[in-house]
Amino acid sequence: MPQVTLTVNGKTSTVEVEGRTLLVELLREKLRLTGTHVGCDTSQCGACVVHVNGDSVKSCTMLALQAEGAEVTTIEGLAKPDGTLHPMQEAFREYHALQCGFCTPGMVMSAIDLVQKHPQGLSEKEIREGLEGNLCRCTGYHNIVKAIAAAQEVMHGRRSELASAAE
Amino acid sequence: MNAVTPFEGIGASVKRKEDLRFLSGRGQYTDDINRPGQAYAYILRSPHAHARIAGIDTATAAAMPGVLAIYTGADTAGLGSIPCGWQIHNKDGSPMAEPRHPMLAEGKVRHVGDQVAVVIAESRAQAKDAAEAIGVDYDVLPAAPTLDAAQVPGAPLVHDGVAGNICYDWHIGDKAVNDAAFAAAAKIVTFETTNNRLVPNAMEPRAAIGDYDTTTGEYTLFTTSQNPHVIRLLMGAFVLQIPEAKLRVVAPDVGGGFGSKIYHYAEEAIVTWAAGKLGRPVKWTCERTESFMSDAHGRDHITKCSLALDANGKFLGLRVHTQANMGAYLSTFAPCVPTYLYATLLAGVYTTPTIYCEVTAVFTNTVPVDAYRGAGRPEATYLLERLVDIAAAETGIDRVEIRRRNFIPNDAFPYQTPVALQYDSGNYTATLDAALQAADWAGFEARRAEAAKHGKLRGIGCSTYLEACGIAPSAVVGSLGARAGLYEVGTIRVHPTGSVTVLTGAHSHGQGHETTFAQLVADRLGVPVAQVDVVHGDTAKVPFGMGTYGSRSLAVGGSAMFKAMDKIIAKGRKIAAHLMEASVEDIEFDRGTFRVAGTDRTKALAEISLAAYVPHNYPIEELEPGLEETAFYDPKNFTYPGGCHIAEIEIDPETGKVSVVNFTAVDDVGRVINPMIVEGQVQGGVAQGIGQALLEHAVYDADGQLLSGSMMDYTMPRADDLPLVGVATHTTLCTHNPLGVKGCGEVGAIGSPPAVMNAVVDALKSYGVRHIEMPATPAKIWGILHAGRKLAAE
Amino acid sequence: MYDFAYHKPASVADAVKLLSADPDARPISGGQTLLPALKHRLNKPSAIIDLSGIAELRGIRREGDKLVIGALTKHVEVADSAEVKSAIPALAQLAGTIGDTQVRNRGTMGGSVSNNDPAADYPAAVLALDATIVTDKRRIAADEFFLGMFTTALEPGELLVAIEFPIPEKAGYAKMKNPASRYVMAGAFVAKTKSGVRVAINGAGPCVFRQTEMEQALTANWSPDAVASIKQPADDLNSDIHGSAEYRAHLVTVMAKRAVAAAG
Repeated sequence: MPQVTLTVNGKTSTVEVEGRTLLVELLREKLRLTGTHVGCDTSQCGACVVHVNGDSVKSCTMLALQAEGAEVTTIEGLAKPDGTLHPMQEAFREYHALQCGFCTPGMVMSAIDLVQKHPQGLSEKEIREGLEGNLCRCTGYHNIVKAIAAAQEVMHGRRSELASAAE
Repeated sequence: MNAVTPFEGIGASVKRKEDLRFLSGRGQYTDDINRPGQAYAYILRSPHAHARIAGIDTATAAAMPGVLAIYTGADTAGLGSIPCGWQIHNKDGSPMAEPRHPMLAEGKVRHVGDQVAVVIAESRAQAKDAAEAIGVDYDVLPAAPTLDAAQVPGAPLVHDGVAGNICYDWHIGDKAVNDAAFAAAAKIVTFETTNNRLVPNAMEPRAAIGDYDTTTGEYTLFTTSQNPHVIRLLMGAFVLQIPEAKLRVVAPDVGGGFGSKIYHYAEEAIVTWAAGKLGRPVKWTCERTESFMSDAHGRDHITKCSLALDANGKFLGLRVHTQANMGAYLSTFAPCVPTYLYATLLAGVYTTPTIYCEVTAVFTNTVPVDAYRGAGRPEATYLLERLVDIAAAETGIDRVEIRRRNFIPNDAFPYQTPVALQYDSGNYTATLDAALQAADWAGFEARRAEAAKHGKLRGIGCSTYLEACGIAPSAVVGSLGARAGLYEVGTIRVHPTGSVTVLTGAHSHGQGHETTFAQLVADRLGVPVAQVDVVHGDTAKVPFGMGTYGSRSLAVGGSAMFKAMDKIIAKGRKIAAHLMEASVEDIEFDRGTFRVAGTDRTKALAEISLAAYVPHNYPIEELEPGLEETAFYDPKNFTYPGGCHIAEIEIDPETGKVSVVNFTAVDDVGRVINPMIVEGQVQGGVAQGIGQALLEHAVYDADGQLLSGSMMDYTMPRADDLPLVGVATHTTLCTHNPLGVKGCGEVGAIGSPPAVMNAVVDALKSYGVRHIEMPATPAKIWGILHAGRKLAAE
Repeated sequence: MYDFAYHKPASVADAVKLLSADPDARPISGGQTLLPALKHRLNKPSAIIDLSGIAELRGIRREGDKLVIGALTKHVEVADSAEVKSAIPALAQLAGTIGDTQVRNRGTMGGSVSNNDPAADYPAAVLALDATIVTDKRRIAADEFFLGMFTTALEPGELLVAIEFPIPEKAGYAKMKNPASRYVMAGAFVAKTKSGVRVAINGAGPCVFRQTEMEQALTANWSPDAVASIKQPADDLNSDIHGSAEYRAHLVTVMAKRAVAAAG
């Protein structure tokens, strides 16, 4: 059986997979990182988004073998070892940007990539367009958009602390 | 001392306790669970809408690698039918047609996706590989996939024994009185509309794991359910004949439901039964493409309705005939959706004195249709609020004014409608006025003119809606055909050192109960939210429960908790009286502190609970030790949230694309426990309502193939399809539950579709448009504009 | 998905050898179209040849009055490339609207063009810009490349290596997205090139095609108004639950007008 060696959340593993094994299957079933979800089978919903070498990708639309040598970050790898949340995770909590939580890991991973790639800052419209690859059925996106707008201020160092939702 | 800051109690936007696990990838959804020795099930589904099964050859598949077993309808024919939870009666008093709904098809398939066989193998991929090798000999029959196709003379029969495909023919109201009102009318407004069929598409696909303990003979089912106790009852008692004591159902973290995860589905029974047969855990996880053809769909009505008015625009009577698509089999709640959750809502917020509604429920060769967010109430609200706008246009009375003239006045509560319900409270003028102001309704014409300068057609529309939720009371729903009670159960367990565990029969799949319910305890018992744990979703832990749907968790489940807290306080006062050597009558209680009235002698709840569990100084002759109480709450009435939604939209006439540019919701949901969560619920509901109005449509072709069978063709609302949604609340208290709460889960999906469609029609009024069917897709709008232009050119 | 063997060659020569040896082998680059198809078991390749290790397929470079883009160049790289933005801004803009962010982070130009999905974006740019498709064997003019729905002039085992885009005087792209899939429902790429004005229409029909009537009108008068009254015949256009052929025909005109306006 083929093998793939990759680094997930800083930890390098070598795993036996089939040719057809998807990256998301490797993460969920072989590494038991079940925070990355599968919500569709047509690459539409984005519940499976992870970072591969710093870019957001749909892990349901990538073979595990295509991740040979890659650095992968999943939702489980975002918080600091002491438990401090990433500013995007913190913002999602502060702005009530999640309800059932199922789309949340993919949404957070996409949001982080979106903000990191736009250091100049994103408008509400740009945030909405930037979320084209992620579906949420619970929130109507209102609070997700607000959370990302707030998180980008912290991620780009324009604020030291997250603006409170009550502001 | 008061241990809680007031900010955690009722009315505080406490951040959610459940968020940390979801945000760090530690949620435990059904597919995240793996049992030792687990095998995998794959369901072979029918590719045909209607066919006889002449034979099934499993020999090749059974010999494939990893295959443990293959079962077909022949193996499960001796088991029970998937039951229906409601029984509706025909006009003549006879019961509805209720054909058998087998776990696996028995001789015939009735919709694309009907389950034909199950393969159980060592891996998911092996099960799927083998399923492909099963040979099914189908004798394909003509299909009846739509309401029209199922009712034409000579239509194919979905069930051989159900003549005309009619499930039931039901009515409500006094036809003679209604006829008289129409005979006396100065004006009658009529229209016909289709309420578009929807696919719920909770983001977590359904999944189920059956497990069987060969030592104890106990079954466990992990499932994506909104109501695990109900699944235990339906599956255990009716399908598999497993006694409750030997069947545990766990609904762990559930990724959204919106109704679609209320029902007992065949796959739950299949994996549980197969686990027993094989002596191994069996896991099934739905692929999204399968969800489209196996999750219950929503809506799908065709309605003709007429409104009789007097010369002043007062509504004299409403007459409605609705055909409702049931799909191929009766899903758990299906028969009650177009009847008791629909026709009873047709008074809306208006004083219409007579209403007569007939409903024909029809079997078709489609996926079963059942409750989807709002369930019946969005359909009723949509036709009523569109009808009112059409009536305004045809009488020349302003859209807002005609509503005001017909509102139930504030001093008329309790208000008895002509369709069974008695509203307890509301203030429809207040929510309307607040919404008009928030949306700057008065300034709209200037915005329309400004948009026109940029070549855009702008429109505004409102809906003044009402819904009945908090579904219960048991006696009432029983008389309406429910086969179960609709109370709720709450247990409050105060631990020795004063922390609290709440056990609730409600189920959270996004609603935030772990936070809101903890706030109820914080507010009443003074225990910090962080020290209150809410347990739900496990029949082995929670005494009983009816689950979460119909915006009932707080109104019914929260009230049960309130009653359990009453008992805790009552017992606590007795213990406090003993400890402080006072009479029970003199003990006051406020947020965690027992006090001898008029003194500074107090005992904290934790001191009382410690005494209750360590009864060294305790009235042991009179009181049992411990501090845990359970209450069942069965409400006296439904609750009646209502309000006003206003949508402002813009149409690009070149492409026909409709954009919602502003949306305002002012809702009366009763007392608000957590404003942050209420706003989120409304925003999410509005998104689904905008989805129904502009984007979503489940379309079958003449052969019964679902054309919008994946997210490539079924338009799910995305972030850039939606606006910011302004939410405000205006509270009148529910008068009959102890919390004064009404419910907020469905209002968004109920109030918004007609607001959006009234706005779309408003934008197109210069084209002579009277009505547009949902969804108002770009192609549909362009078609109307194109026809309009042609008309102008001729 | 059916199982398959997996190979990751390091050179075009090795890849071609693998593909030639096995007619049921399929190349994969970003996999954003191929993998969803495989997941639905729509085809059953014996082997997947992963091209991502082939350095010679990468890169964007300017060669005189041409922009040469390697087949393995990702959509995001085209969208963000300073070279592309300055030479053919419409191409960068197009690349930045393909699919969603995650598709753009994986999907490649070569994969998209080789696949020739009627609802894909790149074929419109390739055809309107009169690009040349460079394979391991030969050079193919855009006009000769797109043969029909999911069909191109590529022979079995032939690999697209790079695409050469002559730098146009002006170019613009506009599209209407399918509301559900967000693929192209009707798009127009207009370009004023050395070889004349070219208008390519994607999404609306079974294969990208040139709209010659619009080309003539724009040759005479490069302005949105010049195409505004040109009606695209609806015959042979796609029709589905999202829109009739007539609607798509109408959108062709609207998108062409917008593309010209975007081109300036």
